[in-house]
Amino acid sequence: MKMLETNRITKVFGGLVAVSDLTISIQKNEIIGLIGPNGAGKTTAFNMITGIYPPTRGTVTFLDQDITGHKPHFVTRLGIARTFQNIRLFKELSVLENVFVANHLRLKSNIFSSVIRTPGYVRQEKEMYEKTMMLLEKVGLIDVADETATSLPYGKQRRLEIARALATGPSLLLLDEPAAGMNPQESHELMDFIFHVREQFDMTILMIEHHMQVVMGVCERMYVLDYGITIAEGPPEKIQNDPKVIEAYLGVD
Amino acid sequence: MKRKNSVLSFAGVVFCLLLLLLFNKTFDSYKMRIFNLCAIYITLGLSLNLVNGFTGLFSLGHAGFMAVGAYTCALLTLSPANKEMNFFLQPILPFLANTEWPFFPALLVSGLCAAIIGFLIAAPVLRLKDDYLAIATLGFSEIIRVIFTNTQRLTNGALGLKGLPNYTNVWWSWGVAALTIVFMIRLMRGSYGKALKSIREDEIAAEAMGIDVFRHKVISFTISSFFAGIGGALLGHLLGTIDPLMFRFLLTFNILLIVVLGGIGSITGTVIAAIVVTVLMEVLRVLDSSIDFGLFVMKGIPGLRMVIFSALLMAVILFYQRGLMGTNEFSWDSLGKRLRRIKKRGPK
Ligand SMILES: Nc1ncnc2c1ncn2[C@@H]1O[C@H](COP(=O)(O)OP(=O)(O)OP(=O)(O)O)[C@@H](O)[C@H]1O
Ligand SMILES: [Mg+2]
Repeated sequence: MKMLETNRITKVFGGLVAVSDLTISIQKNEIIGLIGPNGAGKTTAFNMITGIYPPTRGTVTFLDQDITGHKPHFVTRLGIARTFQNIRLFKELSVLENVFVANHLRLKSNIFSSVIRTPGYVRQEKEMYEKTMMLLEKVGLIDVADETATSLPYGKQRRLEIARALATGPSLLLLDEPAAGMNPQESHELMDFIFHVREQFDMTILMIEHHMQVVMGVCERMYVLDYGITIAEGPPEKIQNDPKVIEAYLGVD
Repeated sequence: MKRKNSVLSFAGVVFCLLLLLLFNKTFDSYKMRIFNLCAIYITLGLSLNLVNGFTGLFSLGHAGFMAVGAYTCALLTLSPANKEMNFFLQPILPFLANTEWPFFPALLVSGLCAAIIGFLIAAPVLRLKDDYLAIATLGFSEIIRVIFTNTQRLTNGALGLKGLPNYTNVWWSWGVAALTIVFMIRLMRGSYGKALKSIREDEIAAEAMGIDVFRHKVISFTISSFFAGIGGALLGHLLGTIDPLMFRFLLTFNILLIVVLGGIGSITGTVIAAIVVTVLMEVLRVLDSSIDFGLFVMKGIPGLRMVIFSALLMAVILFYQRGLMGTNEFSWDSLGKRLRRIKKRGPK
């Protein structure tokens, strides 16, 4: 089953073509990598898929629905969740609240029922709370549930961000450099965690990552961007030996 | 533990009621007025805190929404005879000439009118952020005031309205304040409250978590305007007179002062600060008039009270950057913890 397809999406900022004619296609339960040197346009590609920027040209199709140019909250509701390169947790909220609030989009009560606490609302809130606890349990953050998000060590913050994205009930997860700033031990745990998420949540994953060991270790296929242009595509073995990729990474002119 | 807390809360409520009864019996009209003002400022402070503290929008339009509420309520409750006396320059619009509503429905409609105006203003201004939002809301509030100054047949223009029935008593003012407190506590405990806080923390992340940020901001702004309208109406019926000048930026500033002093994003802080600021404003009034020290008489300097207040505000901002309470709230558990800690330290 095809999850996501982008058809020649392009983003132009002023005179700069950040992403040019990016065409990717992801099947259910795949783990796909999006790699490339700094400034290659990887985050911009994510931003176009999740609706933060509308593409200048091209279309994004998710589960056979055209989602090009839709608002981010709408895209999330359809089932694409993401994390951010520079962690964007709700800093003052607790770990529990961070995940809890990611359930809010599925709430079917209005604000007044939440204040009056109608039986319908109370039941949903209880379900949201239980789901949150279950999720925290699954990702191993249950013992820090009441801590403030920013009091966690870096690795756990990254993990919390993934948990929060999972709480929105996605079928596709976009991870923007999940291993950034992690030590070898932490990035090893992260690799296991990503596999774990795919099994446990029946997830499809598209990830941006600089850490080659992680990308080569978990991704089945990958796309390589350089200056916004897709220079290679394929399984890890093919990418590792691709002269264009080596050139882009080593910066040979 | 939970049981014990609700017993404590119940006892607290009973205690407050008794206090209310006591004050109602013993206070003279001057003290009574200050006491009522405290409650009104609680309502106003909480409503501003909903937008500025909990949703993280820097709005400065409160006085405008209060004006809408105050004028609506006044026009609905003033007796036809009284209206004729007020509108001596130009007659009042015919559809308002004979309305004389009881207080409760008038109060409700004032809140609703303010909410509608808030909703209409929200659509354009909430596309802005930070200082731009502050300037735009301030602008709209001034526009409302200027409109009210110039719609002679609707609002009696700069002359204002006099002889508003003195409906605002302890029960109304404190009843509304209590309702507002309960509303805010329940709102912030629920899913919507958490969603608003997440918008304050990180708008982009909130949007990415599927929260319709714009819609939630509009809801928050509209509810805040509703309570501002109610507060304005109560204020009008407490003072007995309203005019456009009353609703200048200074009024918004006073409420902002309460929110900042109490802690942006704390219900408890706003309640405490509303009472402290209102009482201090009156106590410090002596500074504005001359004081007799026996040996010499200090000439009063009009405005000295505001200087002291500004100094106080600066001191709080310098030493407690996040107000007295920060974003913390009162709870019996935290009080218990604190008491135990004090006990442990014990007498030397
Ligand atoms: N909002 C924006 N306005 C203007 N230019 C932008 C904007 N966002 C990104 N760019 C530019 O687009 C190019 C691609 O940026 P992008 O963030 O997508 O790179 P990246 O591949 O994620 O890099 P990194 O590995 O450093 O995160 C860069 O040159 C960047 O400066
Ligand atoms: Mg990036």
